[in-house]
Amino acid sequence: MGIRVLRGPVFGVLVSLLLALAGSCSSQKKIRIQGAGATFPYPLYAQWAYLYAQKTGVEINYQSIGSGGGIAQIRAKTVDFGASDAPLPPEELEQDGLVQFPMVIGGVVPVVNLEGVGPNQLQLSPQVLARIFLGEIRRWNHPDLQALNPHLALPDEEITVVHRADGSGTTWIFTHYLSEVSEDWKNRVGTGKAVRWPTGIGGKGNEGVAAFVQQTPGAIGYVEYTYAVQTNLVPVKLQNAAGAFVEARLETFQAAAAHADWAHSPGFYVVLTNQPGPDAWPITGASFILLHREQPDFHKAQEMLKFFDWAYHEGAEVARKLHYVPVPPEVVTLVEDLWQREIRAQGRPVWPPRE
Amino acid sequence: MRRRFFLGDRLLLLLSTTAALLVLLLIAGIFVVLVGHSRLAFQHLGLRFFVQHIWNPVTGEFGALPSLYGTLVTTLIALVLAVPLSLAVALLLAELAPPWLATPVSLAVELLAAIPSIIYGMWGLYVFAPYMAHHVEPWLQRTLGFLPLFQGPTHGIGFLTAGIILALMILPFMSAVMREVFQMVPAVVKEAGYGIGATTWEVTRGVILRYGIRGLLGAVFLGLGRALGETMAVTFVIGNEHRLSLSLFSPGTSITSTLANEFTEASEPVYLSALIELGLLLFLVSLVIQVLALLWLKRMERRMGAGP
Repeated sequence: MGIRVLRGPVFGVLVSLLLALAGSCSSQKKIRIQGAGATFPYPLYAQWAYLYAQKTGVEINYQSIGSGGGIAQIRAKTVDFGASDAPLPPEELEQDGLVQFPMVIGGVVPVVNLEGVGPNQLQLSPQVLARIFLGEIRRWNHPDLQALNPHLALPDEEITVVHRADGSGTTWIFTHYLSEVSEDWKNRVGTGKAVRWPTGIGGKGNEGVAAFVQQTPGAIGYVEYTYAVQTNLVPVKLQNAAGAFVEARLETFQAAAAHADWAHSPGFYVVLTNQPGPDAWPITGASFILLHREQPDFHKAQEMLKFFDWAYHEGAEVARKLHYVPVPPEVVTLVEDLWQREIRAQGRPVWPPRE
Repeated sequence: MRRRFFLGDRLLLLLSTTAALLVLLLIAGIFVVLVGHSRLAFQHLGLRFFVQHIWNPVTGEFGALPSLYGTLVTTLIALVLAVPLSLAVALLLAELAPPWLATPVSLAVELLAAIPSIIYGMWGLYVFAPYMAHHVEPWLQRTLGFLPLFQGPTHGIGFLTAGIILALMILPFMSAVMREVFQMVPAVVKEAGYGIGATTWEVTRGVILRYGIRGLLGAVFLGLGRALGETMAVTFVIGNEHRLSLSLFSPGTSITSTLANEFTEASEPVYLSALIELGLLLFLVSLVIQVLALLWLKRMERRMGAGP
């Protein structure tokens, strides 16, 4: 009797396994590409994936689990591509057999909540911004702030610093910038996805920072540009490396990307903060894609690169609509050269595709 | 017929023993994994991990003290507020209120328990924190500002707000269980109390509370467990600063919110290991509190002569 009872379920499992196998064989034509990583480009990647699937039937599944998770998963080969807001140094790429290239560009914007101060009215120099976040400038009517803004009547109000509480690429770009412009910041705090903040309160995610800034008079925080546009936060003008005060706009992000020396940076290890050029927004950053140099499946690898190629060219317009900056065309050429040189499947180059 | 019953009993015994052992095995497994993965952090930081107040991922210095402090302080605030309140609610529902009132109120309380924690978090962030900042905290500062607990700037973000949100979250759980406990007190015992001329208050204090002390403590435990482990709602309103401060207005962090914030982006091995060690710490804290409470309960029972 015992055997008979057992036989039912075991038989059922076998049958369903066989059915599943048969199913996967018949749908082998359908290509599914898995990606995971940074949260910052997620809205754009999701939109691209949706449009691309409609056009070609190739499914791209992107999970925004965070840059750290993306790097870990591509290392473990559980996904086909990883995405990270902070580039990996060339030595680490080499060690893991990875290639890296920029996919999209965005910016980080300081935002304030000050009575009577509208968007892009407050002007900040890099040193003053760093000293505010170091907790050295504590009141809005500090002489150094007033000197930068002779036309504004700044209140005698306490400055509340708001930062990201969760580890994030946004924080990495922001602290990288502060380390670059302030020796003090570099020595006392440094660069990281999470750092030891000298002062302030931490909000979870862009929405947490935005909420704290909106609720606290006298607050200053930093958010991704797309987020500053969607909510009604008040961005500031920043002095860039050329000494000009610039607004955060797609054009100024683009200017920063254009000035960067992509061609001579191995592994595209370029951080777009504090770039030269009179129009460059100083806190710009690229989001990167990570791939294995040796691809296990020729066909799949080719489809994946075709998707990225489509995103660079056809997807640029969508990116702009969602307030991201597409990678400049000359950089796309460099990236596709890299694909051709480095990416192999079963010893064959995967790019360019030959029909 | 008799034989079949016998078989059924053996099967039941086997089943329940397996289930119980599985729980033990699971706990042991969690412990082993936590210890294994936090070894690296322990090698790097040693005992400093437990006493240091600096948390700096850039330089690789990790001290658990601020997180531990935040967890304990917010849980304490939550219990101080929620235990008397839920006792009152449960008493009302079980003893005092007429059925036409008790039924809808207990339904409402149970509904409160079903609200997901993210909703409490969002509500806390957008509605409750500003209210705390503009009304409650300034008032506390005016009236009790001489205590170091109520000093400093009032952002509406910090230990106090997190504690109050936690109190709201554990209140429905505790009062639902407490109500059940009160309803299980045999009517005969209560009637006897009234029979010798005791007032409602005296019966409540002397009979019902004593009879149900074990169950009541169980209810408090349920609340305590949830408060210790609650993550999302706390993360939204605690301010997420690795800082030790006496002031309840100041931002801090808790073990769970540190984990929620930093786990996804922790790529360095020591950092990740330190976060897991933080999880181990929470595990140990829960265990210690549980043991202490059991010991306390034993003493209480001896002193009060509680019911079965």
